[in-house]
Amino acid sequence: MDLSSRRGVDLFVIFCVFLSLLYGSRAEVPSRPTASVTILPPIKPDNGPQPYPEEEKSNLPVFTMNYSRIQIPFEITLWMLLASFAKIGFHVYPKITFWVPESCLLVSIGLIVGGIMYSVHEKPPAVLTSNVFFLYMLPPIVLDSGYFMPTRPFFENVGTVLWFAVVGTLWNSIGIGMSLFAICQIEAFGVQDINLQENLLFATIISAVDPVAVLSVFEDVSVNEQLYIVVFGECLFNDAVTVVLYSMFSFVTEMPVVEPVDVFLGVARFLVVGLGGMGFGVLFGFVAAFTTRFTSKVREIEPLFIFMYSYLAYLVAELFAISSIMAIVCCALTMKYYVEENVSQRSCTTIRHVVKMLGAISETLIFFFLGVVTITTEHEWNWGYILFTLLFAFIWRGLGILVLTQIINPFRTIPFNTKDQFGMAYGGLRGAISFALAFTLPDNIGRKHLFVTATIVIILFTVFLQGISIRPLIEFINVRRTNRKTDTINIEIHTRLMEHTMAGIEDLCGQWSHYYWKDKFMKFNNRILRRILLRDNRAESSIVALYKKLELQNAIEILDTASGDISAAPSIISLQEEKKNSTKPKKKFLAADLKNMHDILSKNMYKIRERTVSYTSKHALPNDNQRREILIRRHSSIRRSLRPGSFQTRQQIVPKSQKYFSLPPGESLNSRFPPTRQSSADAQETMSEVAYPGRRSRFGNRSSSGAMMPLHRLGTLKEVSSVDFLNESERGSTGRGSQSRPQSLRHHLSADDNNGLVDEMRIRQVEEEEEEEERPQASQPPAWAAEPRDETPQNPLLRRPQWNEKK
Amino acid sequence: MSVQMKQRGSGGGASKSRDLLQVTAQRSRQDSPPPPAGQPLPPLSVRAGEDNLRGGGGGRMGSGSSSLKHIPDGQQLMEETGFSAAHLLRLHERFDFLDKDGRGHLRPEDFEEIRELTENPIGGRIIAAFFPPEKERLDFPSFVRILAHFRPIGKNRSRDRAQPEQANSRTGKLKFAFELYDQDRDGKISREELLQVLRAMLGLQVTEEQLRSIAERAVQEADIDGDGAISFDEFKKSLEKVDMEHKMNIRFLK
Repeated sequence: MDLSSRRGVDLFVIFCVFLSLLYGSRAEVPSRPTASVTILPPIKPDNGPQPYPEEEKSNLPVFTMNYSRIQIPFEITLWMLLASFAKIGFHVYPKITFWVPESCLLVSIGLIVGGIMYSVHEKPPAVLTSNVFFLYMLPPIVLDSGYFMPTRPFFENVGTVLWFAVVGTLWNSIGIGMSLFAICQIEAFGVQDINLQENLLFATIISAVDPVAVLSVFEDVSVNEQLYIVVFGECLFNDAVTVVLYSMFSFVTEMPVVEPVDVFLGVARFLVVGLGGMGFGVLFGFVAAFTTRFTSKVREIEPLFIFMYSYLAYLVAELFAISSIMAIVCCALTMKYYVEENVSQRSCTTIRHVVKMLGAISETLIFFFLGVVTITTEHEWNWGYILFTLLFAFIWRGLGILVLTQIINPFRTIPFNTKDQFGMAYGGLRGAISFALAFTLPDNIGRKHLFVTATIVIILFTVFLQGISIRPLIEFINVRRTNRKTDTINIEIHTRLMEHTMAGIEDLCGQWSHYYWKDKFMKFNNRILRRILLRDNRAESSIVALYKKLELQNAIEILDTASGDISAAPSIISLQEEKKNSTKPKKKFLAADLKNMHDILSKNMYKIRERTVSYTSKHALPNDNQRREILIRRHSSIRRSLRPGSFQTRQQIVPKSQKYFSLPPGESLNSRFPPTRQSSADAQETMSEVAYPGRRSRFGNRSSSGAMMPLHRLGTLKEVSSVDFLNESERGSTGRGSQSRPQSLRHHLSADDNNGLVDEMRIRQVEEEEEEEERPQASQPPAWAAEPRDETPQNPLLRRPQWNEKK
Repeated sequence: MSVQMKQRGSGGGASKSRDLLQVTAQRSRQDSPPPPAGQPLPPLSVRAGEDNLRGGGGGRMGSGSSSLKHIPDGQQLMEETGFSAAHLLRLHERFDFLDKDGRGHLRPEDFEEIRELTENPIGGRIIAAFFPPEKERLDFPSFVRILAHFRPIGKNRSRDRAQPEQANSRTGKLKFAFELYDQDRDGKISREELLQVLRAMLGLQVTEEQLRSIAERAVQEADIDGDGAISFDEFKKSLEKVDMEHKMNIRFLK
């Protein structure tokens, strides 16, 4: 253990050195022109264009370089690359990122690079200006947080989140500002020239918390949902509040006299800015959602709309000088749900990737710069001021959490206990936003250097000390935890039942709260919003979504083993196969049924994914399981190759078949044709019992809950002997499949007798015939797919071909 | 904060005004036939309830029904269920409100008058949960005892210490949920029972086939001993990773 960790550290150091070397060699190119006015010969570009055109006009230059032309984008690209290399480096050895937050590592690399630059008297490129930061670097970060905000817990705790974000930030800013102002009155420190406004401005800067590191720790130890969401939401909205306060105070610092009226105006402005931003955000969110309703024909630019609308919301908010962060966050929150249902699965993946990527790059760069700037910038060190800043930042944060929790607790169903409070208070790391705000302070502030220094100190202090120590501490004090891996259909169903129960009991007690409002909103959402904003506005229950997801996981696993693992022993495949069979008696579905389900499935893939990522770390991609995604893609492509003919007909078939499967409102299927349905199903059920003797004892209890865990395969490898058994069950099931057809026909007949569904049923039969016709031609192109298709017309799922192939 | 407060405010306001509306409507209904003598008029009790909300303790007058003394076995109920006096008073007031004819007990029909509850997909089951088999009457103590399942776990610790196993314990809550499924009360959720609930909850969104396979899958997932049904232990086990304190809790108004 010790040895291995040391090796890891060695490795890390080597890597760092490597990186810095890499940088060193690279830095030659970009930084010279920046730093020096002297144009040195090694850089031909600057010499190049000038002499050639003038002296030898006639000759076409064979080789020219024009560095100044590309300098800025070139350097930015190099910086990004460097930062990204650093990120790769951290993950070479996972233990490092487990114990040391990534932000720490980035800052460290930045410090090293800064040290190198300092030693060769270079200056970092002056890329980070106020405009660049606010217009290009901040939006991706905020969009990232806003887009991946876990929606349900957020709205369940929205009051608390806003309470801590808004009031907490005000509390911190004003508290720290006032206390520092008091300190400034002490002559011994020599900082009397800092006035109240400047102190408040500075306090605002350092009250922006940025607990990325904390969040990833929280996620790892899976602390309770409430704590997580409060810290998450706080960091998000707190940024908004901070920026608003920042712009207010930086305006105020320029005013010669502050009158009491200005304070009231300030409060009013604060509200206008915040609520205005929210309004713009929601507006743009809805517009974006509405737009994606019509993008089905232009899939390739679909993701663009999301970014353009979010950015537009940001810019317009900026135009009116209202809270642009609020706008972009609200925009992301609003549109996410609708957009992800509208856009195709791939667009959805793209959106998520790009949002993550941009956010990560932005933040990486800021932390990296932080490290570089720490070394290279001019500092003004004032022990008293800086130490007191640290002290007050801690005290006010702690006090704030304590007091605010006392106030909010009576309104919460689950009050925060002391440990939660500690987690919240200790999670108050300062980060990228603080640094950027401090760094972009206007130059007319006298003590700007002191402020920058103090901000850097407090960031480094909190990021390193708290960031590293929070994991052991959280584990030590044993904060309430939740298990968030609630991926079983049981939990979903029971949770839903409980929610209904709660709503019912609340009605019974004649009181209205969370469940009541949720219910109301869902109704409004289903009746109005979804109709307007979604192309396909049939409501889908979360239970169904989860079910589909689990089914899909199984399908993918099978794909994985069959086509991915070459070394896969036949037993594995067959076991997967068997497991699939056991977990869902799908064989009794009609072909059209299955097809329908498949279309829903592929259409709902994003939704499925959405549920898996409700807790995503800020730096990890929404779906960490890249392999799975590739498989999804493979899945769909194989599916397409399996039945090329179906694609032309799909457009007509799907809507039709959906018609049959969704019932007319107010009627239950049971009342329609109870006897046949019931009996056929029962017959099949009993048959399935016969067909899979003892399957439950073998596979039942680990069927799906851990579908993603590799555990399965470990367990299944042992059971080689089951091949024969599985073959049998395979045969049995195909037999059963062929039997189910007459049953379904019978059911058609009975339906005909019963009521006026005759036409629809006929269409359905016609459709089935169509399918039958379709199949032969579908089976032609891929030879390996043809065989199974003929055998089992009921089952277009692709696991079949693989199975047969292996056999 | 502001949002939450606003929500709460309007929520409370809506509930109250709704109550009043219903009360007046009901009163006008009652006025046409001669009102039964000796009934505490609903508006009074509502007003008294508000008094209780504010004052908590003394200063109550009239409408004897809302004083703790007049709640049968008030003290004992408090100890048993862990509700505070304010909670009990509020619930009693609600009880009286539901008990339109003042019989002193509730019948299923009284519950069915609550419109939202009838719209609730499992409303019927919830109502049934209040009435033990072959019992059509629900008196106030039983009413409170059942509602006690939904009291948040952590509160009123001082009272909880006396009786470790309360209705609002995790098991108690789970048991309540379990019994919502288990309609034949054989201690097991059969596939069919699960299917019924699913059908009620999902209704029109899915096909019967899908419902079946979902139910099938759920049973297989939870079923450990292989009897094709979910026993309470299996039910508990399948939910062991869910923190119940967030699911089956109501912050009862005081």
